Amino acid sequence: MTDSYDLVVIGSGPGGYIAAIRAAQLGMKVACVEKYVRLGGTCLNVGCIPSKALLQSSEKFEEASHSFAAHGVKLSGVSLDLDTMLARKDKVVADITKGVEFLFRKNKITWLQGTGKILAAGKVEVALTAGGSQTIETKNILIATGSEVMPLPGVEVDEKQIVSSTGAIAIPKVPKHLVVIGGGYIGLELGSVWRRLGSEVTVVEFLDRITPGLDGEVGKQLNRVLAKQGVQFKLSTKVTGAKKSKSGVTLTLEPAAGGPAEELKADVVLVSIGRRPYTEGLGLAEAGVALDDKKRVKVDGHFQTNVPGIYAIGDVIAGPMLAHKAEEEGVVFAEILAGQKPHLNYDAIPAVVYTWPEVASVGKTEEEVKASGVEYKVGKFPFLANGRAKANGDTEGFVKFIADAKTDRVLGCHIIGPDAGTMIAECALAMEFGASSEDIGRTCHAHPTLNEAVKEAALAITSGALNM
Amino acid sequence: MATEIKVPPLGESVTEGTVTRWLKKVGDSVKIDETLIEFETDKVTVDVPSPANGVLSEISAPEGTNVGVGGLLGVIAEGAAGAKPAPAAAAPAAKVEAPKPAAAPAPVAAPAAADLDRSGPAARKLVEENKLDAASIPATGKDGRLTKGDVLAAIETGSAAAPAAAPAPAAPRADHPREQRVKMTRLRQRIAQRLKEAQNTAAMLTTFNEVDMTAILAIREAYKDGFEKKHGVKLGFMSFFVKACIAALKELPAVNAEISGDELIYKNYYDIGVAVGTENGLVVPVVRDADLMSFSDIEKQIGAYGKKARDGKLSMAELTGGTFTISNGGVYGSLMSTPILNKIEIRPMMYLALSYDHRVIDGREAVTFLVRVKDALEDPQRLLLDM
Repeated sequence: MTDSYDLVVIGSGPGGYIAAIRAAQLGMKVACVEKYVRLGGTCLNVGCIPSKALLQSSEKFEEASHSFAAHGVKLSGVSLDLDTMLARKDKVVADITKGVEFLFRKNKITWLQGTGKILAAGKVEVALTAGGSQTIETKNILIATGSEVMPLPGVEVDEKQIVSSTGAIAIPKVPKHLVVIGGGYIGLELGSVWRRLGSEVTVVEFLDRITPGLDGEVGKQLNRVLAKQGVQFKLSTKVTGAKKSKSGVTLTLEPAAGGPAEELKADVVLVSIGRRPYTEGLGLAEAGVALDDKKRVKVDGHFQTNVPGIYAIGDVIAGPMLAHKAEEEGVVFAEILAGQKPHLNYDAIPAVVYTWPEVASVGKTEEEVKASGVEYKVGKFPFLANGRAKANGDTEGFVKFIADAKTDRVLGCHIIGPDAGTMIAECALAMEFGASSEDIGRTCHAHPTLNEAVKEAALAITSGALNM
Repeated sequence: MATEIKVPPLGESVTEGTVTRWLKKVGDSVKIDETLIEFETDKVTVDVPSPANGVLSEISAPEGTNVGVGGLLGVIAEGAAGAKPAPAAAAPAAKVEAPKPAAAPAPVAAPAAADLDRSGPAARKLVEENKLDAASIPATGKDGRLTKGDVLAAIETGSAAAPAAAPAPAAPRADHPREQRVKMTRLRQRIAQRLKEAQNTAAMLTTFNEVDMTAILAIREAYKDGFEKKHGVKLGFMSFFVKACIAALKELPAVNAEISGDELIYKNYYDIGVAVGTENGLVVPVVRDADLMSFSDIEKQIGAYGKKARDGKLSMAELTGGTFTISNGGVYGSLMSTPILNKIEIRPMMYLALSYDHRVIDGREAVTFLVRVKDALEDPQRLLLDM
């Protein structure tokens, strides 16, 4: 017996499950294929959510250990109960993925538990987890299979001594020395977790800077702050090999430009050099779905692949590998399928690094604006001059705006500071509406809030910051 | 409950148009005031907004269909999807139109007009400070909002009183066919039809005179920098012609009159049509109450109309009700509702031509009118002294 659907989504990550819900809301009969035991994909199970749970818990430990005293709160005998911390994280994940199951039931979305394979447009075969297989007829297929950890040749992940981000959120004992390969946001966040919990952390990065996508000035500041917190950095350095022994891992490092090798001993090594699209076993070649040169599924402006009726969104297509980018694409895709004409503005997608202080950005970096040849102005405001940041005792960082010199339109905003990830929303909204820096400067911001720093940085471009 | 979508009233002389594009499909949910249809009339392209919330249940007039005013375009069924009441913020676009008792503006929606209330604080401030007409500034922001950049651009182009961009160099004649048949747009069809009609109904006559432009050129030379600095707009010729014509019209009211049945209507207001050429044909936006405006007001208004005309954003209200038309290039055809072809043609060698309806205007009046215009242009001080 074959079932028939309007839409079958393969993958239940933030792109896939949101697309399924939106399509169901628009009246379509939807099924979602997920092989993992829980819904939610990488983000909910082994990515954004568990890492944030650990970042929050480890920050509390760090505060209790180091910052409470300055606030006049005396504690003694602060100690770490890692088992409880990890169990709490697992509960957060369990609760939140059950939430997705509930949303599926509420929207009458069928969860086909198994591994999906596209036989052709309109036909998906599901190898059921429970055994056997089922062929599904569907008008439309959405590939939302996301991405997987990029492997590093010579440094094979075993998720015990050499871990990926998945293993790094479940290390059972705080490693004495954690070496993070790759200075991107995942490595810096997870490195921060274990540093706060007591590890010595060394970040090895091939490039001469960490977080290469960030505005240069902000990236430099983040590097400085993290170094001050005790993270060690080896930039312009490549890892050429790893030797495992009972006591740990010995990495072979070489200068990126070539030169004499050196060794670095670690208890645990985290490989976080990036992610790559996940399309294995999907049957794309057989179905004739074309990939681009980076092995991403090629789609048009309406997320359709070269095969009519087969679509793709999220990490598996081009663009930043971010959960919220995938979610927006999921919504837009479902609405397009329903005949609506939504539009996704790729120039206003924020990105956040959840270190402390956080880093958040939207729009173009100063380097990108400079390269584009547009004349621009920069406005900056440090949290040191913000009343609320002072009161909180969190004065690290600044807000930086870049605006077109002629039209004053905001081209980019970059924040390093407390709760930057929350504050960037206002900047994204401003960019979505084509706001000028003056518009933000003229919008009343409550006092005393951290957001006042956003307003002041905007004012710095036109009439001048008031509290500087 | 179903709501019918009908062709809105399109202005005095327009009776029908063509559905050029449906922006929604049957089954789409629609919100009140959301644009559903692009509808092309002889004069402008009009966006037809949704009259109700609901779901588009029927398209009665598919793309390409001609429909008369009041004709049925489609039907909206009450639907679950878009059934929420319209947000209070959806202000009617019509309110930006300056009130004008004499010439009732046609009640055509002009959604392209900027909605200042919903634009950001920086744009609002600039519009106020520069006393700009927000409705005449092309808006690039979300849902017709003006951005600060839009307003800055309007201020800048206003001062640049835009000589039209140089025409693109003609493509070399390669191996293209020697002829090409292209269906006339409705605008072009209507121009052709109205011009022929005008020739048939009016007793059209043209009288000529010539004018020495030395004095005007001298004034422009002397004051062009100061004028632009003060008013943010270049001192062009057109404001002189408008002023000179109004002075002459006041002296010879017959030229500002029209025939209605067996009556003559003499007009005591001076709504001057100024011909603007666009890619799609000649349009004649109307400068309202030009007699009450300063030279700089007139230049700014013409500049703004020119930009809107090129962007295809002139509203029906801005194109109707002119009492007298000045053209510096086109020879024929009032697009106005007035059945009289009143024309002055200004050429580089400065010939003046007045085309008029002999049923209303006697030869003596026409000749005197042109002499008055000529006097005012050759000795502009007369304009100051009301002579």
